Amino acid sequence: MPPTEKKALPAGQAPGLKFEKVVKRFGANAVLRELDFAVAPGERVTLIGPSGSGKTTILRLLMTLERPDGGLIWIGDDTLWHRERGGKRVPANQKHLHEMRKQVGMVFQQFNLFPNMSVLRNLTEAPVRVLGLSRDEAVERATSLLDLVGLADKADAHPTRLSGGQQQRVAIARALAMQPKVLLLDEVTSALDPELVVGVQDLLRDIARESDLTLLCVTHEMRFARDISDRVLMFDQGQIVEQGPPDQIFNEPTEQRTRDFLQAVLAT
Amino acid sequence: MEWDWHYTGDILPDLLDGLRVTVTATLLGYVIAVLLGLVWTLLRRTPSAVVNQTVRWVTEFVRSTPLLVQLFFLYYVLPTWGITLGPLTAGVIGLGLHYSTYTAEVYRGGIDDVPRGQWEAAVALNLPRSRTWLDVILPQAIRRVVPTLGNYLIAMFKDSPLLLGINVAELLNTAYTTGTHTLRFLEPITLVGVLFVLVSVVSSVLVRRLERRSHATD
Ligand SMILES: Nc1ncnc2c1ncn2[C@@H]1O[C@H](COP(=O)(O)OP(=O)(O)OP(=O)(O)O)[C@@H](O)[C@H]1O
Ligand SMILES: [Mg+2]
Repeated sequence: MPPTEKKALPAGQAPGLKFEKVVKRFGANAVLRELDFAVAPGERVTLIGPSGSGKTTILRLLMTLERPDGGLIWIGDDTLWHRERGGKRVPANQKHLHEMRKQVGMVFQQFNLFPNMSVLRNLTEAPVRVLGLSRDEAVERATSLLDLVGLADKADAHPTRLSGGQQQRVAIARALAMQPKVLLLDEVTSALDPELVVGVQDLLRDIARESDLTLLCVTHEMRFARDISDRVLMFDQGQIVEQGPPDQIFNEPTEQRTRDFLQAVLAT
Repeated sequence: MEWDWHYTGDILPDLLDGLRVTVTATLLGYVIAVLLGLVWTLLRRTPSAVVNQTVRWVTEFVRSTPLLVQLFFLYYVLPTWGITLGPLTAGVIGLGLHYSTYTAEVYRGGIDDVPRGQWEAAVALNLPRSRTWLDVILPQAIRRVVPTLGNYLIAMFKDSPLLLGINVAELLNTAYTTGTHTLRFLEPITLVGVLFVLVSVVSSVLVRRLERRSHATD
């Protein structure tokens, strides 16, 4: 990646993450039951596991799209869903969530670009409204990010006129424009036509390599998981079944459930 | 009774004056309906249970009572409490208020149709609530409901003769008064029908065009 493009990436010390006895229920369905795990600062972790095992839920809790029913979620030295008041831990208010969210960005399976805005405006909206950047600063940042994702010529395009792969690149750039320290990727290539998948994955791999981001990634693509991550966590029913470096998980899994899962994924 | 073209020509200017009042009342009422409906919808979404339940019952009440009764209330009952409105003012407010409870439903549908992913992307970008509404949700919701709102303009236009009940000199009222003076109703009332059809057809065409445009830019 050329140095000018690298400059567009968020830099600086990223925080670690920690789940401490986190409970999440949907009605009677206890999706996470006292889940514990930690991610080191700057670590890149992939979550794999069968459908319904709670992978998306973990990311959504971190993005504050779901509220936990118990336990603590740490981002760096701060709890996401609680704040300190008078030496006690009380539920977070909107202000606290707003502050905590500044560190986190997310890319969705369905892109979720704003269809009522141009590509450029998708990238400048939040930096201007939330970070208080001037219009010029935001445009400059957006332009170098569009360069990074290879869509410099699409700044004025309408998102719905782009291919799925291009839309997802814009969504990646949009998330990076907020300079998050933690990036969450939820099956970001599973809505793409097969021929567009590799391009987006390679882009994300480069971003992961060149930035200091703490990365949490959910994917069914094992090659991508291998490329992008330092560690793979295998989930089943909201529990970690097995974890380790990608080579170990994919080549010599110790758990039967992991072997079954990998076999099923590779068969498709 | 024979159709009298001479008589028709004599009364036409008066009827066109009436039509002008009808169109004015409809357009002004429509502006109120479109703005107030949005206010109702947004208030229905506030976290305060008192506010959103109050709004819910008020709009439900207004929607389930006849427009004519509301017009009578505004024009004949309010003065007993010291609030006196001219006929046209009362008519415009009545039309606007009544139809705002319908446009509120239209907006609600439009907002519900904005995919959940849009809200989630806004959270992920840390946009404050107000910004999410103004920049993301409402522009998309309103684009979706423009054709439906357009149809309510036509519906309102067709309800406007009810303003006759509170002495607004609108089209039907003018025709009726003319008829009582000359004791000839065939021409004035027929003309009222023709004028309504003409205006409705023209507006329908405009609304269709609007509809097609909002689809084209989807
Ligand atoms: N909003 C919700 N309401 C009710 N149940 C939900 C909701 N979101 C998730 N669930 C349930 O929680 C469980 C975990 O869902 P989650 O989406 O986290 O799984 P996942 O591991 O991401 O699966 P997949 O690989 O299919 O994406 C599932 O049983 C799902 O049905
Ligand atoms: Mg999922």
